[in-house]
Amino acid sequence: MDLATGLAHVDWSRLQFAVTAMFHFIFVPLTLGLAFIVAFMETIYVRTGDEYWKRVTKFWMKLFAINFVVGISTGLIMEFQFGMNWSNYSWVVGDVFGAPLAIEGIVAFFLEATFFAVMFFGWDKVRKGTHLFATWMVAIGSNLSALWILIANGWMQYPVGSHYNPDTARLEMLNFWEILFSPMGIIKFLHTVGSGYVVASLFVVTVSAWYLLKKRDTVFAKRSIAVAAAFGLITSIFLAGTGDQSGYIIAQKQPMKLAAMEGLYDGERQAGVVAMGILRPNVKPGDGQDPFWLEIKIPYALSFMGYRDVNAFVPGINDLVYGNAAEGIIGAGELMERGALAQIALAAYKESVKAGDRAGSEFHRMTVAENAPYIGYGSLEKPEDIVPPVGITFYSFRIMVMLGMFFIALFGAILFLLHRGQIEKYPPFLRLCLLGLPLGYIAAQAGWVVAEVGRQPWAVQDLLPVHTAATSIGAGAIQISFWIFVFIFVVFFMAGLKVMLEQIKIGPEGGK
Amino acid sequence: MEHLLLQQYWWVILSLLAGLLVFMFFVQGGQTLLLTLAKGEEEKQLIVNSLGRKWELGFTTLVLFGGAFFAAFPLFYATSFGGAYFVWMAILLCFVLQAVSYEFRKKPGNLLGAKVYEAFLFLNGSVGVILIGTAVATLFSGAAFSLNEYNLSQWHNDLRGLEAAFSLFNVSLGVAVFFLGRMLGALYFINHIDAPALVERARRSVLINTVCFLPFFLYFVVALLMRDGYAYDQVTGLVTLESFKYLDNFLAMPIVLAMFLAGVICVLYAVYLGAFAKSSAGIWSGGVGSVLVVMSLFLNVGLNGTAFYPSYHDLQSSLTIVNSSSSHYTLMAMTIVSITVPVVLGYIILTWRAMDKNKLHHDEIKDSKEAY
Repeated sequence: MDLATGLAHVDWSRLQFAVTAMFHFIFVPLTLGLAFIVAFMETIYVRTGDEYWKRVTKFWMKLFAINFVVGISTGLIMEFQFGMNWSNYSWVVGDVFGAPLAIEGIVAFFLEATFFAVMFFGWDKVRKGTHLFATWMVAIGSNLSALWILIANGWMQYPVGSHYNPDTARLEMLNFWEILFSPMGIIKFLHTVGSGYVVASLFVVTVSAWYLLKKRDTVFAKRSIAVAAAFGLITSIFLAGTGDQSGYIIAQKQPMKLAAMEGLYDGERQAGVVAMGILRPNVKPGDGQDPFWLEIKIPYALSFMGYRDVNAFVPGINDLVYGNAAEGIIGAGELMERGALAQIALAAYKESVKAGDRAGSEFHRMTVAENAPYIGYGSLEKPEDIVPPVGITFYSFRIMVMLGMFFIALFGAILFLLHRGQIEKYPPFLRLCLLGLPLGYIAAQAGWVVAEVGRQPWAVQDLLPVHTAATSIGAGAIQISFWIFVFIFVVFFMAGLKVMLEQIKIGPEGGK
Repeated sequence: MEHLLLQQYWWVILSLLAGLLVFMFFVQGGQTLLLTLAKGEEEKQLIVNSLGRKWELGFTTLVLFGGAFFAAFPLFYATSFGGAYFVWMAILLCFVLQAVSYEFRKKPGNLLGAKVYEAFLFLNGSVGVILIGTAVATLFSGAAFSLNEYNLSQWHNDLRGLEAAFSLFNVSLGVAVFFLGRMLGALYFINHIDAPALVERARRSVLINTVCFLPFFLYFVVALLMRDGYAYDQVTGLVTLESFKYLDNFLAMPIVLAMFLAGVICVLYAVYLGAFAKSSAGIWSGGVGSVLVVMSLFLNVGLNGTAFYPSYHDLQSSLTIVNSSSSHYTLMAMTIVSITVPVVLGYIILTWRAMDKNKLHHDEIKDSKEAY
């Protein structure tokens, strides 16, 4: 515990990882989406031979590069932090989690890094077609990279294809394909890259709208905004679809997260989705308070979203914490007993093996195996520990969804006005487009907050609570590295933003 | 496939990656030569742009090296990164600075100014590389950790890894790698840049850095061969200190010894090509030599019943490729994926050749909007 702040080392580690991940995800969405937008533009150039499209491509490529380098820097920080701040996690899940990271390096990073150099410096060194191929490889490589990371993340949310091995006291992979094709991992990948495409589209929309407002580079801006709005509309509709599917899978696999997303304390049938609501502060599980000051619900929608059945029962926080026999839900208290039993049996197993007691070790091994799916519960102090921060999860979810719907309307309106040939005649609309990028970032970050805060207290769902995953180290050491990282992030952000703004000001016809 | 064979396979892969990483340190070495080798802005631009087309490959190799260690030997990742906290923190900081420095250095509106980014590049190439070499030396000299019965680690030195920097043995490897990087950097410039005066200076630099490299390298090698090593019994897993263990390992594995000797010869031949024969091919001989030497050192410390990350605090907590690896299934899955490595190497070689058909001349970058 750090005496000055009252934060334990695990809190500093969580804060550090959260800040790093959020900073990293400022740059990743642009990389994911802009890479494809640039590839589309270059494809148009190669197909039409129109040199103007080459200039358009080169301009966005330059902004892509400025963004890309900060993204890979912060990616390295995250890789190191797994070992440095979460060493227990690294050991306990390294057998499963390490493989996607290594595969990401082999099949994705080298693709990006190798063809990045061709994409930027190869304009006059390789043939047009080869250059286009390199640009597409960078786009595919960056998205492949996201695939492996999100497969790893998906496994943490819904650990399939693995088991707990009492001999090594860790989780081990049993089925690679089950992990790769886990519905949670796949939907996380699709939803996250979808958000990247939307953010990148909003980036191009915002910059182009600024040119149109300034009445400069209008041909360039119209071409860019057309590509971005078309890409953005398709991908934002896709995002809504993957979002719905995410909700369905969360309901099946992480019901507590869904309950927190909806501020649902008491489960119900024909449950509605809270379209808008204000939560009452200081509501505790089991205290019987109405959690809302104000709520506007869409009837039946939650039951349908979660179970594709309007009459389905959606468990609430109280059901999951205290159990609900009528609905067949086991409470956290009972799961804690099973988790504790697994941990006791594990210790007994170790003793039996050491003593050469075959029968005993086999008995304890069986007990561990039976209760291992809940082993993480054994490290919790009380049943209420399984409840994530409800307010943050609830509001973040609404911000993300509402902004997602706004983006669909925004892209649709841009395409409509472009079709009418009138977009530059509506400065207030263009000013609204300027808000697109910041709102896109807010939505993307809010999405990650829902995903990660909503699964607390688990590092790996049901198996490893966050507080047992951290490195055994004093809070002071983590605090030092935390502030160093914050300083670096602020400097990198300012430096990157300034360079990017300068390039935008210079425009597609000049610059370096 | 037998589990031990898979563990050995992944140790060989990691050894190869370590060798390739050190070869790619020509970028870091080149960065440290920026301020001394270049006379004037034009030559500086040439150096930065020459290295700037390769830095991502080195960065990616580092990321893959870390990822492969995590996946294949997660107990090392957990024990060393979490334990030697401040060393890894310092290494991380040095490498994080590299990526932005190339991109931002000369861009209009860059916040910190070109000189600061050049200082970042120097820091990355000097402190970063020395620290990595120092950290790698602890694979031979050991560290102060212990493992509990659940394999969760505890570090037993308040300096959290910085204590490694107080050992001459450890630091000598770090400094040797630093000068090797500079040699390779100069050899790369000779091969890649079309600027006779700069190339001439690079040839002198090869020689000077070789002279600086040799005492540290020789000290490290002699000390290594003379020191006690951490052996483990391949049946009981018991770890014991054994005299001349690393010398014995070389003698017990003649192929590894041959790799080491061939590597040293290749590096010396590269120096001859670069400094005396006026050839531009030294980087290839130097690269192959570096890969062979580093690989052979890693193979020495990981194979033949040797603990590759020993604990001098608690011998029985020492890590071996047997007790620290991933499960058979995971190693097998990754082995199948590793079949793609030749494809990766293939496209890297093809694109490298396509991009480097002609040497880099100032005319190519002076009006380029893409140049760093």
